[in-house]
Amino acid sequence: MADDVKFKVNIDGIPVEVPPGTTILNAARLIGGDIVPPAMCYYSKLQGSGGKCRTCLVKVSKGSDKDPRPMPKLVASCRTTVMDGMEVQNITSPEVIEARKGVVEMLLINHPLDCPICDQAGECHLQDLGYEHGLASTRYEFERRTFNKIDIGDKVQLHMTRCILCYRCVFVADQLTPQRVHGILGRGDAAEISTYIEKAIDNEFSGNVIDVCPVGALTDKTFRFKNRVWFTKPVEAHRDCPTCSGKVTLWYKGEEVLRVTARKDEYGEVEEFICNTCRFEKKATSDWVIEGPREVKRTSVISLNHYAELNPPAVVKKNLMLQEANKEQFERAKELL
Amino acid sequence: MTIGKPRLKADIMARKLLLTHIHVPGIHTFEVYRQQGGYRAVEKALKTLTPEEVVEEVKKSGLRGRGGAGFPTGMKWSFLAKPEGVPRYLVCNADESEPGTFKDRYLMTHIPHALIEGMIVSSYALGANTSYIYVRGEMMPQIRILERAIAEAKNAGFLGKNILGSGYDLELYVQPGGGAYICGEETALLESLEGKRGNPRIKPPFPAVSGLYNCPTVVNNVESIAATVPIINEGGEEYAKIGIERSTGTKLISASGNLNKPGVYEIELGLPVEEFIYSDEYCGGIANGKRLKAVVAGGSSVPILPANLILKTLKGESRLMTYESLADGGFQSGTMLGSGGFIAFDEDQCIVRNTWNFTRFYHHESCGQCSPCREGTGWMEKVLHKIEFGHGSYSDIDLLVDVSKKIEGNTICPLGDAAAWPVASAIRHFRDEFEWHITNGHEAQRRNYGLAHYADPLEPVM
Ligand SMILES: Cc1cc2nc3c(=O)[nH]c(=O)nc-3n(C[C@H](O)[C@H](O)[C@H](O)COP(=O)(O)O)c2cc1C
Ligand code: SF4
Ligand code: SF4
Ligand code: FES
Repeated sequence: MADDVKFKVNIDGIPVEVPPGTTILNAARLIGGDIVPPAMCYYSKLQGSGGKCRTCLVKVSKGSDKDPRPMPKLVASCRTTVMDGMEVQNITSPEVIEARKGVVEMLLINHPLDCPICDQAGECHLQDLGYEHGLASTRYEFERRTFNKIDIGDKVQLHMTRCILCYRCVFVADQLTPQRVHGILGRGDAAEISTYIEKAIDNEFSGNVIDVCPVGALTDKTFRFKNRVWFTKPVEAHRDCPTCSGKVTLWYKGEEVLRVTARKDEYGEVEEFICNTCRFEKKATSDWVIEGPREVKRTSVISLNHYAELNPPAVVKKNLMLQEANKEQFERAKELL
Repeated sequence: MTIGKPRLKADIMARKLLLTHIHVPGIHTFEVYRQQGGYRAVEKALKTLTPEEVVEEVKKSGLRGRGGAGFPTGMKWSFLAKPEGVPRYLVCNADESEPGTFKDRYLMTHIPHALIEGMIVSSYALGANTSYIYVRGEMMPQIRILERAIAEAKNAGFLGKNILGSGYDLELYVQPGGGAYICGEETALLESLEGKRGNPRIKPPFPAVSGLYNCPTVVNNVESIAATVPIINEGGEEYAKIGIERSTGTKLISASGNLNKPGVYEIELGLPVEEFIYSDEYCGGIANGKRLKAVVAGGSSVPILPANLILKTLKGESRLMTYESLADGGFQSGTMLGSGGFIAFDEDQCIVRNTWNFTRFYHHESCGQCSPCREGTGWMEKVLHKIEFGHGSYSDIDLLVDVSKKIEGNTICPLGDAAAWPVASAIRHFRDEFEWHITNGHEAQRRNYGLAHYADPLEPVM
């Protein structure tokens, strides 16, 4: 019988049924939409991840049917499993919203905010988080912490100053690569990601640290400063790879593949990890079987200049010259894909 | 004079259970310890009691954890999962690093066998065959003392295989700590003991279910474990007769600061704070004829209280050294017994400077796993530094309160709370002094604020 037991959970007034052992966060993801707590450190593909950033804090207003007492503190939804009859408040709790604002502020006080020169800009979870849950200004007036940039091998650069210490890359190093040479040195706000004396991670899957990094701390050296992501066009493609699934997203500028990443789902998590050969070595269209354009959320800056259909705004509709220019652009965009 | 059940006779010397023989020459050796009646508890437990009966005695004693949180020890033991074929562990937390707390070190230095005896009794009760004492890495002399004591006990047949012919086996190991305050947090301690970086674990699972090497584990403070010896010797009910209400037994207090006689004292729980500070049996009053300004009663993590509130509760009752009485009034006007690190501040001490100093400590010791603690402790330290050195503004005070609130309750382990409380309570009770640092920034560099009204008796609030 155990297999089909389901727990009834209610998140922000929306009921959902999930198997025992499901976390509040994953139950919320099943519902989807606004009530999904933001997650900066949790990563479903990485065992043991989560619990650290505290952006996913929620209030458990009723523990379960058996024990209806509320939980005394806000809990990390990514690491708290549901109970039958549990009631959770996320965006309906002012306390949660206030605490989350605090967490976002904490994540930002020592962040360099160098988005104009950061490769992650446009696909950065910290940008989204700050925009959606943060304050417009800062109350922090002290010098921000900085670190020197470090090369982790010849393909990956670590810019620790931007790191939010989510530990995802550490879990990648632990779980995807056989010898761990990537960890954390130091304590508190002096803690830093390190490969210990800048030792390269010499492993076919090491490039995945770039994809799991929610910010611009780990970037692809073959792509650095080449382009802003919103000027590039994501295309799904695959190849017959002996090492990994070979399922990737190619990021085109014109006819040139500027970078290759794994495919990410709506929560920014990769669907399947890819190998370094696919990521760094295969940058010709002829290496790949093209599947088609990648769908990009309308709200993402990456959807800039992407026309899924010709649906011009009112001002264009009225002006013949703009209409022509628009059509031209649309055709060009379609061609590129 | 006191609430609850007053001590029977204030004139007889208070009872000592842990430090009874502290002044006997050679008490650190097995031979002298044994002559003074040591290891009777092991004999009694192993020969006449079942493990369950030992747990029962500890439950009856009402003993509460002496490491800071005050969780009932017997109850903690009864939560220990007991799956078939999986080892269980007892780990003694001897990482003692909280500013103001130095009682465990004292006990281990002078009567190491009290801890070893307690470890045997407690391990027996929990069914652990391998137990560890995790000692703060800086305490190298104590580590050697304990290792020698273990060797002596083993020689005498109190450790190893088939102890006293009872069929019970126990190996005891001492592990030097990893050199961080955070390794005193029980799950960080377990990580460190496993040879990893001492980051607190995310709970659940709790150690009682999945602790050391994912096996059921109990972590207890040195003093909690040592207290099981008198509990077994005299019986849980006898032990519970000492103290008041849910604060039973005796407690080691590390007294420091501006006291005439700082040091480690064993008190009966229920002793009035005033008597502890001023009587000659204990601290003998404030040093150099000064007046008391403030007290941190339970180690640096607990809220600081001004002299008037530490001596009397808001209701006007005498404040007692018990878990309940010290906490009376909650965060508004109370504090906590914590680990018993009692720090007294005289009229010449600057509360702002002290708050900055404590915050510096927490900033330095945060493991850095969770954002509010990693970033918030450093932020508070910088703002406090600014105020202390005369560059602060009024809004900085409110900012501090707000940042402390954003940390408190939102972190993985209680270090976040421990960093927030001293700041929030100092501002709550000494706001005038903070404001004076802002309005009189220059003067604050040359002199201290002084006692002000902090010792003035308060109108009791009913
Ligand atoms: C940051 C931090 C440091 C701690 N340090 C110690 C310590 O040095 N010694 C100790 O016994 N407990 C310490 N504790 C409390 C332990 O986590 C745990 O509650 C205690 O060892 C349990 O023992 P008890 O029940 O016997 O008190 C600390 C807790 C925190 C959050
Ligand atoms: S480098 Fe990136 S992935 Fe690694 S801990 Fe920092 S933010 Fe997380
Ligand atoms: S509260 Fe501080 S010390 Fe505790 S886990 Fe979080 S960062 Fe580490
Ligand atoms: S996503 Fe839950 S704490 Fe980071």
